[in-house]
Amino acid sequence: MNRYLLPLGIFIVLVVFLGIGLGLNPREVPSPLINKPAPVFELAQLHQADKVFATKDMLGKVWLLNVWASWCVSCREEHPVLLDLARSNVVPVYGLNYKDQRDAALAWLKQFGDPYALSVMDGGGRVGMDYGVYGVPETFVIDKAGVIRYKQIGPVTPKALSEKILPLVRKLQSS
Amino acid sequence: MKVCLFLLLWLPIFTGAQIAQPTPDDPVANKRAVAMAERLRCLVCQNQSIAESNAELAVDLRRQIREQIAQGKSDDDIFGFMIARYGDFVLYQPPIKPVTYLLWFGPLLLLMAGIFMLIRYLRTRDRQIEEHELSSDERLAAQRLLNESEGPR
Repeated sequence: MNRYLLPLGIFIVLVVFLGIGLGLNPREVPSPLINKPAPVFELAQLHQADKVFATKDMLGKVWLLNVWASWCVSCREEHPVLLDLARSNVVPVYGLNYKDQRDAALAWLKQFGDPYALSVMDGGGRVGMDYGVYGVPETFVIDKAGVIRYKQIGPVTPKALSEKILPLVRKLQSS
Repeated sequence: MKVCLFLLLWLPIFTGAQIAQPTPDDPVANKRAVAMAERLRCLVCQNQSIAESNAELAVDLRRQIREQIAQGKSDDDIFGFMIARYGDFVLYQPPIKPVTYLLWFGPLLLLMAGIFMLIRYLRTRDRQIEEHELSSDERLAAQRLLNESEGPR
């Protein structure tokens, strides 16, 4: 009896590990930028190309930076969630229009609605690279001191919003 | 007018040349860039290196490597740039640090566990085999059997 116990134990441990492994999403690579200062940028705005938006304008506020593009299919999936969030006025959402064309981006916002306080254009994707963007959409929660506190990889789901992002935003706003 | 048009025709070449500049013709730098790209994982298609992948991000990062080589950055600087943005995950060969100890030394641990178990098994087996001396009768019987089988030949 005893001699079967050890292999059985090893087998169970393996199964548990494999089970955990199956539940993980390999697409979600933990960002090294969490709890680090958000990379500073100054970019031209999407709607008013002659105006710039700089991250330093946002110091003292909690805000979301949402990376989006008109060519991005999953962005359509999260868009209603962002529109709802914008309507609630809880936290401002700024858009980083990633590797996109101005006309296409503007047309896209016209078609699906514009949840953004404003969007900036990152046509070359350089700012995206600084933020370690590899799968659009991505959303960053940035605190009053300009530190990245959370990164959502892939679409913002209602669940992620209500369970992670909003509680975190409230906590950061009250601190 | 014609001269003007003629000059305009040349314009794309000059502007184009400027955009294409980051790709160094220097074969040494080229080799370095490729070697580095092969050691970096593409985050979009995770089973390919940046050198192999045609994902847009991989193309951007390849260009980034070349640009930084042209700026005279060292390999460590460039890997540092990638790690700061995408984490250790971009490296195919993860660095040795406390969180990766199990990854690096786990196989060794398993090997040692295997050796330990083998030794233990051999020892118990040793104990289970009882050596017992043959009596003189048994010895004779064995001799007879041996002779029998050799006999007819």
